[in-house]
Amino acid sequence: MKYLCLVYMDERRLEEIDDNECMACGDALRQSGKMIAGQALQSVQTATTVRVRNGRVSVTDGPFAETKEQLAGFYMIEAKDLNEAIQVATRIPPARVGSIEVRPVRELGFDRPAFAGAAAAAT
Amino acid sequence: MPEQVAESIDAIYRTESRRVFATLVRMLGDFDLAEEALHDAFRAALEQWPREGVPANPRAWLVSAGRFKAIDGIRRQRRFEALDEEAAEAIPDERDTIEGDDIEDDRLRLIFTCCHPALASDAQVALTLREVCGLTTEAIAQAFLTGAPTLAQRIVRAKSKIRDARIPYQVPSTEELPQRLDNVLRVVYLVFNEGYSASSGASVTRVDLSGEAIRVGRLLIELLPEPEAIGLLALMLLQESRRAARTTPTGELILLADQDRTLWNRAHIAEGTALVERALASRRIGPYALQAAIAAVHANAESPDATDWSEIVGLYDVLLRLEPSPVVELNRAVAIAMRDGPAAGLALVDAILARGDLAEYHLAHAARADLCRRLGAVAQARASYERAIALARQEPERRFLERRLTELPQ
Repeated sequence: MKYLCLVYMDERRLEEIDDNECMACGDALRQSGKMIAGQALQSVQTATTVRVRNGRVSVTDGPFAETKEQLAGFYMIEAKDLNEAIQVATRIPPARVGSIEVRPVRELGFDRPAFAGAAAAAT
Repeated sequence: MPEQVAESIDAIYRTESRRVFATLVRMLGDFDLAEEALHDAFRAALEQWPREGVPANPRAWLVSAGRFKAIDGIRRQRRFEALDEEAAEAIPDERDTIEGDDIEDDRLRLIFTCCHPALASDAQVALTLREVCGLTTEAIAQAFLTGAPTLAQRIVRAKSKIRDARIPYQVPSTEELPQRLDNVLRVVYLVFNEGYSASSGASVTRVDLSGEAIRVGRLLIELLPEPEAIGLLALMLLQESRRAARTTPTGELILLADQDRTLWNRAHIAEGTALVERALASRRIGPYALQAAIAAVHANAESPDATDWSEIVGLYDVLLRLEPSPVVELNRAVAIAMRDGPAAGLALVDAILARGDLAEYHLAHAARADLCRRLGAVAQARASYERAIALARQEPERRFLERRLTELPQ
């Protein structure tokens, strides 16, 4: 099963994490066959938000919401279950200063998420 | 149906249904399918056992009947939608492994899955009560003073997360075990406390939840006799032993020192004390075992005056080193007041309050009020009782504090 590990942290604390350590983490994951893709991101100041409403494109500066922690990178991994994905996430260096959101990947066309309302109606 | 068969099916349902369920969850990989299969299996038992007699191994019979019904269901469904035969084929045939240890492992798997930290905390509690203890959604909702639909939704969401995020049905590896066990114990103690002292509302105690928590506690130490699991069970039993003595018939609180000790449950105390000794003997001593040891000192004192306060202070010292918290500090301060006199205790309580940690905690102000009262500082005692009353959330606690306030000399 694929999981996306989203790395969130306060960008101002980026210098506390050594790039070399992150590269080593990626290498180790690749060697174990668990890494599908991964990338660090430029600062949130470089972000642009795009929306399409009624056919009109709107382009704005920055992320859609100001938050204390910003998306700093991601790892797409292969893990047999959530426990294994959590084990991988604990080894991602920024987990020490920020947080890692672990999300299972949804295959389009399948596994439509059961939203709370629909799920409750089904019981 | 012969009366005896009906009775034995009833008895088997009570003792085996959760075990059978736990194994079916592993085989079928789904809580809802397992629940359905469990009911189908008991329905089949009700039909067949009166004719054919109760099988020699009812548990194995029920597991294989449930498994068979589930495969049948998957095949039937397949006629309507293109569901692959693989799903049915993948269900393990476990005729040889539905004995002994595997079943016990399944029960442990069920506990660890229901108490998985990736689930919302209130969902862990609800799932444990429902799936491990077999309580109905309605009963759990009532115990927690929540609406049944809210609770049902919480359980549905948790089950969806187990399925969609693929939370595995397994006992954690040795490496993960300590942290994961901590979480299981936290859930069990939460259930116990919810039953022992309701977080809000009119009644102080609700018997069922404490009883269920003790049941899970017993199951845990049978399956996984870790020192902290033993410590928690001891703690729960020792607290539970005082249930009959801690309130008046009209529901008014009675302080430990004022309780009628003949009402304490001696069997609980004996069992709890033996468990404390077992936990301490492991030399891997944790916070639950220490709290249980403190409770055991109280429980084994014949009168309040006979309480070994030095021993209690010593245990709080260790607890504080292990798990520093202002509430533990407060309890230690009260024990010191009992050992060295109220002035010594008051100095400590004032220091804690001055740091602001417990400024909103009613029991900190209640403790201060009591120490001031004993020192004859009536005005200070009054101010602290009033502060405590303003912060107390539980009706009986508030009434108790009001009583103490009116008892102060003018």
